Amino acid sequence: MLDVTSLCRNFGGLPALSEVSFSLQRGRVTALIGPNGAGKTTMINCITGADLPDAGRVDFAGEEITGLPAYRVARLGIARTFQNLRLFPRLSVIDNVLCGLTVHGGKSMLGALLRPPSVRNRERRLHLKAMAALDRFGLTELADWPVGVLAYGDRKRVELARAVVSDPSLILLDEPVAGLNHEETMAVGNEIRALRAQGYTLLLVEHDMDLVMGVSDHVVVLDGGRCIASGTPDEVRQNPLVLEAYLGRTSATA
Amino acid sequence: MNSRDKIFYFLYLHRTGLTVLMLTMVLAIYPLLYGNPYILGLTNLIGIYTIVVLGLNLFIGYAGQISLGHAAFFALGAYGSALMTTEWGFWPWPSIVLVALGTAMIALLVGIPALRLHGHYLAMATLGFNIVIYTVLVQWDELTGGPSGFAGIPSLSIGSWQFDSDLKLHYLVWAAALICLTLGLNLVRSGVGRGLAALAGDEIAARSLGVDTRTAKVKVFVLSAVLASLAGSLYAHTFGFVSPDTFGIFASVDFVTMVVVGGLGSVWGSLFGAALLTWLPEFIDLFEAYKEIIHGLLLVVVLLYLPQGLVTGLVDLARVRLARRRHRRA
Ligand SMILES: Nc1ncnc2c1ncn2[C@@H]1O[C@H](COP(=O)(O)OP(=O)(O)OP(=O)(O)O)[C@@H](O)[C@H]1O
Ligand SMILES: [Mg+2]
Repeated sequence: MLDVTSLCRNFGGLPALSEVSFSLQRGRVTALIGPNGAGKTTMINCITGADLPDAGRVDFAGEEITGLPAYRVARLGIARTFQNLRLFPRLSVIDNVLCGLTVHGGKSMLGALLRPPSVRNRERRLHLKAMAALDRFGLTELADWPVGVLAYGDRKRVELARAVVSDPSLILLDEPVAGLNHEETMAVGNEIRALRAQGYTLLLVEHDMDLVMGVSDHVVVLDGGRCIASGTPDEVRQNPLVLEAYLGRTSATA
Repeated sequence: MNSRDKIFYFLYLHRTGLTVLMLTMVLAIYPLLYGNPYILGLTNLIGIYTIVVLGLNLFIGYAGQISLGHAAFFALGAYGSALMTTEWGFWPWPSIVLVALGTAMIALLVGIPALRLHGHYLAMATLGFNIVIYTVLVQWDELTGGPSGFAGIPSLSIGSWQFDSDLKLHYLVWAAALICLTLGLNLVRSGVGRGLAALAGDEIAARSLGVDTRTAKVKVFVLSAVLASLAGSLYAHTFGFVSPDTFGIFASVDFVTMVVVGGLGSVWGSLFGAALLTWLPEFIDLFEAYKEIIHGLLLVVVLLYLPQGLVTGLVDLARVRLARRRHRRA
């Protein structure tokens, strides 16, 4: 489905990613884990065109997408969320989610200005789709609220709804449960399982090991920009290199 | 739902269309009851400014960009129509279209490089463009009439029906303004409009959702230039006279003030802002004398206390209120 091959990204000479390769299997949840600064977000940015890799390539559904601008990657059906939430605070919840449907909306400015019946009908379809997504994430009641006034947990769900609403073939989640309480974390875990059951392909970047071990089929571990291990959750859990990356870092900073 | 809820729901669902309809009726009827030519001259100017401010609001308020040069596009429309119809003997209506197309090309040429810039740099680039156009209008006097302007622009007509009185012009100008407002309302309620709002909110997020932000900015810039050009043509044919003073950088700043005071990202705010800042000086003599200072003060006060502008700011407040109330009831 998605193949990352020898991807490299340097920031001012410091490697954030060096020679990282891995693949995502269709219909599976792959977790990308690693200590802070391991390069996980940089990886998502390089896949989605938010950042440019210095070397290596990314293939998606048999097509090379390395260095494609972000909006074209999105139009291929790759959706993402952001570690530090990037919502549109002044827009309402429903409008934020509707923005997630940009790839299904019309691109013609003339069509938008004149609003012929075809555009009107498409808008109505998109609206129903967005409402269904709100329903799925328990946001129906908040539909008309400007996102800027919502609680953090609600915003996280809005971003999830915005990523999922377009039926993307691949969803990249950057720390979807960071800052959420236990209950909310469980809910997101169930949502990820539900998405998997529906056949979505996911890449999950997350520090919450319970969640990662509970929902992933495959785990890739980064440390200092290198891929140090990959395998099933159980294999990774027992890998001494992984233990060292996490524990070694903890004892060094402690 | 009981019948009262049904009525409210119907009103809510069709609020945009109903507002346009109501405004149309008011505009159609009031000059017949109250046809003071002085007032009509003023409201005609408001109608024309509304079109410019609407375009600028799509660019500034919706797409989150800045332009301090839109009086230049207004000038291109006005002088374009003036020259085409008097010097070169073109028919007025087709020249409005041709001039708008020409302005669109110029906006494209200016916009593609300028819109790579952000914030202050974009403001300076558009300001520079305005100064260039203004200087041409003043200096190239064989063509433009120089500082003293250009008179004798014919009025528009349909068949033998001449738009030559304030009353007739009222219907022409406001028909145009209402059409433009409707187009604007259509745009902002569409996917393209949401893409613009997204790019104003967070460019990186907008791109990750599939918005081609660079193209979207250029498109809305060209659209706003075309609206300014149409308004300029209308201005020329309505008043029959154009001079550079109407199109200097202070006019650009006034347009921005109208956008900001009316409401960033509000189509109706454009009408409100244009009306408020065109009416006020006529009523308050003090305002006339210290126009620039008071404009400046108004801008600062609004930006300080209601940064989204009057209409948008109040609507935002009301939206939160309403949402809270509905939430409590549920
Ligand atoms: N734009 C940037 N400019 C310079 N350095 C950067 C930039 N983005 C990331 N880095 C550096 O690259 C390294 C990897 O960062 P990245 O954000 O990918 O880590 P991460 O694995 O997502 O960490 P976290 O778990 O804290 O989110 C870090 O050392 C970071 O400081
Ligand atoms: Mg990160």
